[in-house]
Amino acid sequence: MSVLSNTTALLGKELRTEFRSRELLTTTVVFILIVMVLFSFTFDPTVGESRRFGPGLLWLAFLFASSLMLQPCFLRELNNDTLSALRLSVSDPFAIFLAKLAANTLFLLLTELLLLPIFAILYNIPVLAVFGQLVLVFFLGSLGVATAGTALSAISAQARMRELMLPLLLLPLLTPVLVASTEVTAGLLDRQPFVQWKGVGFLAVFDVVFLTALWIFGEYLLEE
Amino acid sequence: MWSRLIGGSAVLALVGGAAYASFYVAPEERTMGLVQRIFYLHAACGLTMFTAFFICFCSNIAYVFWRSAKSDALAVSAAEVGLVFSTVNLVTGPIWAHPAWGIWWTWDARLTSAFVLWLLYIAYLLLRTLIEEPERRALLSALFGIFAFLDVPLVYGSIRWWRTQHPQPVLMGGPGSGLEPTMLKIFFFSIFAMHALMVLLLIDRYGLEKMRGEAEIVRRELEAA
Amino acid sequence: MSPAAVSPTGIRFDDIEKRYGGLYALRRVSLEIAAGECVVLAGRNGSGKTTLLRIAAQLVRPSTGQVTFPGTSRDTAANGASEQRPRATAYVAHATMVYDELTAEENLLLFARLVGVPARRERVDALLADVGLAERRDSLVRTFSRGMRQRIAIARALLREPSVLLLDEPATGLDVQGTAWLAETLRRLRDAGCTMLMSLHGETEISSLASRGVRLDAGSVVADTRRGASFASILKFADAS
Repeated sequence: MSVLSNTTALLGKELRTEFRSRELLTTTVVFILIVMVLFSFTFDPTVGESRRFGPGLLWLAFLFASSLMLQPCFLRELNNDTLSALRLSVSDPFAIFLAKLAANTLFLLLTELLLLPIFAILYNIPVLAVFGQLVLVFFLGSLGVATAGTALSAISAQARMRELMLPLLLLPLLTPVLVASTEVTAGLLDRQPFVQWKGVGFLAVFDVVFLTALWIFGEYLLEE
Repeated sequence: MWSRLIGGSAVLALVGGAAYASFYVAPEERTMGLVQRIFYLHAACGLTMFTAFFICFCSNIAYVFWRSAKSDALAVSAAEVGLVFSTVNLVTGPIWAHPAWGIWWTWDARLTSAFVLWLLYIAYLLLRTLIEEPERRALLSALFGIFAFLDVPLVYGSIRWWRTQHPQPVLMGGPGSGLEPTMLKIFFFSIFAMHALMVLLLIDRYGLEKMRGEAEIVRRELEAA
Repeated sequence: MSPAAVSPTGIRFDDIEKRYGGLYALRRVSLEIAAGECVVLAGRNGSGKTTLLRIAAQLVRPSTGQVTFPGTSRDTAANGASEQRPRATAYVAHATMVYDELTAEENLLLFARLVGVPARRERVDALLADVGLAERRDSLVRTFSRGMRQRIAIARALLREPSVLLLDEPATGLDVQGTAWLAETLRRLRDAGCTMLMSLHGETEISSLASRGVRLDAGSVVADTRRGASFASILKFADAS
């Protein structure tokens, strides 16, 4: 069976599993909410300050949340050894990764879009005018986070102290995403909004680099 | 035994020579004075760190495809040695920056990237301590090492484009730019000396790692019996 | 698409060695299993049976040596060895290898879709009926008893008619009827030409299907009925740990 059909089948499984219990989504949303509120205590949230610090705190919150949300990704495949079942069934192990990172990107995007209006209200920053562009940067950034995170989740699942290990591995790796996404988002939330295409392009490059690396090295990540 | 003595002495001579040159041969810099001399150490360590991490990257790739224990030994040795030079690089940054510009830390592209790199390789070494089975440890850390190194240009690019401090401290802009001939020669000599030191440390650490690996195998055999 | 009848495929272990650091799970194991042969793998816990089976399933890479499958549709390469897992290798292990959060039917449909079973709905329906789980098709596997999980695990493995079947203590958790059903299923597969390698804990109904027995001890082959050992001696300590 082709990689594409394997990927869609597995993606269906990932989505079905998550939407049945919604445990990942709900906990992630609540976590980001908590972080947002806590951050507000660290500076005086006037409109000017919010515009300056808002994008950074938003993406920092997303990054922290993702390093927690991505842990069960491969951990739950060790339960009942379903990972072996997948390895025996798919024609190309990359399909396993593709499905998982697509699902993770989707989950991240959903939580981000859910929290965007709340962020706008809490920090008094208008987002409606640039909503489409925000979705674009959220998507590219989340894709980068999900790609690196899915790969590293496969690594940390096999180490001790895995709960702490994933953030340790993932967060330094994602600094380029943090910088570029924050910049683009800041541009969009500015008094005179503009799209920083350099940042958008950079995020796309990050995504391509790590997708390619995952494609080349994926099968080794799954080795027993 | 003799080769080690000769090698060690040679490196000592080189490093000593570089230090002497930095302090007595190099002309005093116009604006920053004495403290600028630490630049020779700082920049040389920065470049040496990068070489070491590159060696680590190549060993990681070699391990993934050819699975030799030697590649793994070289990888961890290179990572540790690289981390040493990285630490010196990071520590000498503030030592230079404070007297020169009045600030302890300059969030400029190279220094910040060096910091992130430092964090990545600390994570690499930490990961290794958390996986017990030798072959798993080698493979998983090699894969992380590959991802980490691929990230390096992206880290540097993003910080250089958006986070470099303005105004740029003059010499930090580029080591080759604005260096007069004597300084340039000493600069290259320092780089050479640091690399020689790196090679010495690498050889030593590699030998140690091979012994440690063998001891581990014996220990595991005994524990199983 | 593969025809209904299985294509005869053997298993060949060439000088297989598996090391984990200093520990040898398998030492220089060479074994040739002919197409259609049914072999019982016996040995104490820790003798290397699971490792050997997982290497045959190509889930584990041997440290040295290789496993090949003579007779696969992929023709033998220049060096005389054919590679690749045959189109239908089935593996039943200790772990159930199905998703707790999905229903029995969803699990089977997913794997059927992944491997490319033609007319998968009908096939899944037939399998569910076969293993006696048709009424529980819409229940989450999480709610199943150990025996039911084992049955769904076996069903998953049999989605395609396998030409090679690898079983690691497949009757674990099955009651008397379950074991009888499994023995009957395996008999049918054996008669259709499936090559089988199974590690057992002494279930005589199933071991009696085998035409050959091999005993492992500390990672090496110590007895083989093909070389004169008796079945009884191969299986004798099968129950002891």
